[in-house]
Amino acid sequence: MGVSRFLYIGILAGLLAVGLGAPSRLRAQESPYMVTYDHYLEEPGSLEVEYFSTVGTQRGGHDFHAAWLEFEYGAKAWWTTELYVDGQTTFGDSTVFTGFRWENRFRLLQREHFINPVLYIEYEQISEADKIVKEVEGHDVEADHAAPNAIARQGHNHELELKLLLSKNFKGWNVAVNPLATKNLLPSGAWEFGYAVGASRPLALKASAQKCNFCRENFSAGVEMYGGLGDTVSPGLHETSHYLAPAVAWNLPSGWTFRVSPGFGLNDNSHTLLMRWGVSREFSGFGETMSKLFRGRQ
Amino acid sequence: MKTAFLSLSALLLGAVVVFGQGESAKTRSGAESRFDYEELAKAPDKVRAKHNPLAGDESAVAGGKKLFEQHCAECHGAEGEGGKKAPSLVVPAVQEATPGAVFWVLTNGVVWRGMPVWSKLPEVQRWQLVSYVQTLKMANSKTILH
Repeated sequence: MGVSRFLYIGILAGLLAVGLGAPSRLRAQESPYMVTYDHYLEEPGSLEVEYFSTVGTQRGGHDFHAAWLEFEYGAKAWWTTELYVDGQTTFGDSTVFTGFRWENRFRLLQREHFINPVLYIEYEQISEADKIVKEVEGHDVEADHAAPNAIARQGHNHELELKLLLSKNFKGWNVAVNPLATKNLLPSGAWEFGYAVGASRPLALKASAQKCNFCRENFSAGVEMYGGLGDTVSPGLHETSHYLAPAVAWNLPSGWTFRVSPGFGLNDNSHTLLMRWGVSREFSGFGETMSKLFRGRQ
Repeated sequence: MKTAFLSLSALLLGAVVVFGQGESAKTRSGAESRFDYEELAKAPDKVRAKHNPLAGDESAVAGGKKLFEQHCAECHGAEGEGGKKAPSLVVPAVQEATPGAVFWVLTNGVVWRGMPVWSKLPEVQRWQLVSYVQTLKMANSKTILH
């Protein structure tokens, strides 16, 4: 377990070191959402490295701190690919690596429309000790996370997750709706369903003339709601969990983004609180640099 | 097993980065190609006729310059002169286009050719960018005169 802790600290330290050392002209204009997706993809050739934490309360077990590291790359203007690495510490128990995810988002329409659809396809290989609660699906409930890590990590999930990301910007507001369907790749696995919806807006719409860290336009705030909708065997809202989460993002001109979002459980099946925060840094021209490195200068 | 999957994913991601970007750079090498400006002509008449609501607002230009440096200079060059990944903006096709047409391309991007949509910026910021981009010609002309 000590190794996992060292891995956490090492990854975080590496992220900070790389972030502080590398200049970036391109500033990410990130939304405050933690769970919901809007329809905007990573700029082509840019790499965004993100670290997110979720501290969750747990009835019938120990509270936990789950974290994930995310590498988001703009392969094309219409295609973003991401690799996630997950882990968690259950207080009074242990720290464990819980798996990885590979996510792809594809823009379906060339131009902006009244509603803009993006197809989301993710493969997950995670253990049942995973607690990042990146999405809530099927009959996911708080009690699922009460088992000790030694038992929970015995179970493994190989899942395919599909989402349709629908989003629209209007008068500075973004409204996003993400229905999702997940299939455990075991033949016996049922399709599970869930949703995430969000609305957000920058605190100021017009850009000021000066470069500034604390200008209102650098901040955006919003709220998101997410939860499960049952599965093909037992569809509906019974034994599902749901959360309401205000969210704030601070986009710094240097390329750093900070996000904070306390998520409040809306029923008895939900964690009372999921306190989330995250930090990310965008590296523009990453793809070009790598391309030169491996293919030689042209 | 877990390590094997992780390694495979890392390899796939690496391949995407190296080969995906390589192809992108190749298609962009002719950055001044006339195809890069054809999108301006595709703007619907109604949008093309739109006036810049910030026309004549000096603070809008200053804000637009800041936005340009943050979001556009990486590909279009610090002075909009163009680069490997994106065409010059200091050309008649852009400078003589209506503000509405430039706004439309900025909003919709040219996704299949590598330019992302910028509707994530609030409308007023996109007009600030249009204000600034269409001053690039004047700056360039002054340089030539001097």
